[in-house]
Amino acid sequence: MNKELRVDPTVCSGHGLCAELLPELITLDEWGYPIVARGAVPGSLDRHVRRAVTDCPALALKLLPVS
Amino acid sequence: MTYGTTVPYPAPSPGPRGSHPAGTAPARTGPGAPGDLPRLLPEHGAVPVDLRTHLSRHAAPPYFGQPGKLIPVLEAAGLTGRGGAAFPVYRKLEAVAEARTQPVVIGNGAEGEPASDKDKSLLWISPHLVLDGLQLAAEAVGSQAVALYVHRNTRLQERLRAAVAERAAAGVDVAAVEIIDAPPRFLAGEESALASRISGGPAMPRFKPPRVFERGVVGRPTLVHNVETLAHIALIARYGPAWFRAAGTPGEPGSMLCTLHQADGRRDVVETGLGTPLRDLLRLDGTQAVLSGGYHGAWVPAADAARMTLSNEDLQAAGAFVGAGVLVALPADCCGIAETARVARYLALESAGQCGPCFNGLPRIAAALDEVAGPRPDPRAVTDMIRWAGLVEGRGACHHPDGTTRFVRSALHVFREEIRNHSAGRCVDPAREPFLPLPADTALDAADWN
Amino acid sequence: MNGITHSTALWYASRATGVVSLLLLTGVVLLGVLVNRQGRLPGLPRFVVTGLHRNLSLLGVVFVAIHVITAVLDPYVSIQIAAVVVPFASSYKSLWLGLGAISLDLVLALILTSLARARISRRFWRSLHWLSYAAWVSALGHSLFISTDLQSGVLLYMTIACILAVLAAVIWRVAHAGREIPREERAAATLAMMSPRGAPRAPGSPRDGARRRAPENVR
Repeated sequence: MNKELRVDPTVCSGHGLCAELLPELITLDEWGYPIVARGAVPGSLDRHVRRAVTDCPALALKLLPVS
Repeated sequence: MTYGTTVPYPAPSPGPRGSHPAGTAPARTGPGAPGDLPRLLPEHGAVPVDLRTHLSRHAAPPYFGQPGKLIPVLEAAGLTGRGGAAFPVYRKLEAVAEARTQPVVIGNGAEGEPASDKDKSLLWISPHLVLDGLQLAAEAVGSQAVALYVHRNTRLQERLRAAVAERAAAGVDVAAVEIIDAPPRFLAGEESALASRISGGPAMPRFKPPRVFERGVVGRPTLVHNVETLAHIALIARYGPAWFRAAGTPGEPGSMLCTLHQADGRRDVVETGLGTPLRDLLRLDGTQAVLSGGYHGAWVPAADAARMTLSNEDLQAAGAFVGAGVLVALPADCCGIAETARVARYLALESAGQCGPCFNGLPRIAAALDEVAGPRPDPRAVTDMIRWAGLVEGRGACHHPDGTTRFVRSALHVFREEIRNHSAGRCVDPAREPFLPLPADTALDAADWN
Repeated sequence: MNGITHSTALWYASRATGVVSLLLLTGVVLLGVLVNRQGRLPGLPRFVVTGLHRNLSLLGVVFVAIHVITAVLDPYVSIQIAAVVVPFASSYKSLWLGLGAISLDLVLALILTSLARARISRRFWRSLHWLSYAAWVSALGHSLFISTDLQSGVLLYMTIACILAVLAAVIWRVAHAGREIPREERAAATLAMMSPRGAPRAPGSPRDGARRRAPENVR
């Protein structure tokens, strides 16, 4: 997949699900907000990434073309 | 709610080389000799230029008759945005001109930076240059939806409305111009905040993509230009790229407006060519450091500044940049850390409160700076501050966190001696009057963002 | 004899699956409030809350489907198929059945929009999702009055428990919304938490300080 995972910080409210579902790419900062790894998403994580995007209660995660 | 200090629109001071000459001279028509300054401001005093004077000096705006023709002219001139980002102007126009839906053109006069006066001064003194530029840009991208976004100031907005009406009556304009009110917030002039406000919402930044040139005001492709940029466009369209390039340097051509804060407290707006030595603009004796680029800019030690010119080539090497031309000479008897701490608190309170990293990190950084500005600060304050700076950079919807950390990091470096003094319980002058300008009060209400 | 047994089986199946549907829907509403409040089920990761919320709702649809089909097929009462989704279109207990139809319509709308969540606008999805409360209330009205099953005995206690649970969840949610700090004030609230050495508060501190409880983390 030549897409990058990004979080829209204006809608993210720090639920923290994404870090549980995708620990390879997402960690939480000391305030509970996600730090998302930059760069194209590795193909092996495809399924997990899509799940994280769908499951985010705020729909804050987005798959965008690599900038 | 009042917006802080009133801004007199002062006469550009005649001293420093590169700005306009003092003394009397007959009112001239046309641009004068190439390289002559001023271009945007009138020669003498801060007397506002009315439509008749404007037309007798420059004639009517040279409409091209079809969209797109202006763009190669601007490309040749090498004009970059004067709102702070210095993005090549022709590229923005190209991107919007390519749009398939009807674009919107906005002149951005929302000068949220407390240390900057140049946009207000330009709008007060030379509104017709700005309005010419707006019309020419609208023609270039094929837009009929044009507006000027101006900070909340009744006198200025009335004057602008009168200018627009006068032009409409005289048949100078091809598109109707709306004057839109911007809330007095630091972030109100940010492109996506502007688009959000004009679309009817609060002036709060949005996540990108999409950028405003793709989807901005009410979802339409939007061209946003600083009002000074528009004024330059108005002159380049008349007098050509070569004339524009006669000032400035080959790499950074043209002239620009600067807001100068001298160490003795004087505050002026001057027009100068890019590449002007900083020591010709600011009096550096009795100065310990120079702030370049406003409150999202960076501090530079005075000794270094004395060797630099007003150019990104020089300033970026020192971690600063030209930005919107704010230059502050910090007196030697000021505590640089205390000044930075005051501004950092202001910047933290100007957070839109949308993004977790920003509204959590910036106030903590400001509080830590407050700690370091006091006697015998907790040694963890600096390490905490640096950790938080790393946590907020790049994690907001806009560059507010990044600009704030740039400003703070440069202070930690340039004023490191002062920090050591504070650890030993000494300060250059703890009771000194504050130097850096800030508005009188801050926003705390939803209404303050609308 | 055969016909009556068959009919009775359908009737019982409809009533049983109806009860289970109400329980599942109640569970879904409670879990929905828990997701919104960023709460957790003790000892379990956060994604279990959202996962359970989704899975129970899908399971609920299955039980509602069986409940509806058995009711329609059952010859003892005559319920036209149209009355399943068109409120008040049946002649049999039209009001209470109508509430059931309303609830079913709403649940279908909620499920379909949630399945298409990534493709529709966030604001539209959110506005529609508020109807989940209406769906639950309609389901409750339908269940309570369409027969006397829930009006006595164990099932009555169960129903009261469901009502109290949802009421408590709603109060919890509304109370939080009342305490939540609006965007424009969040930075100031954080700063107020951090004031060092008892320094003077930022100019123009939150006007209604009494309304706020100091949050450990500003959300």
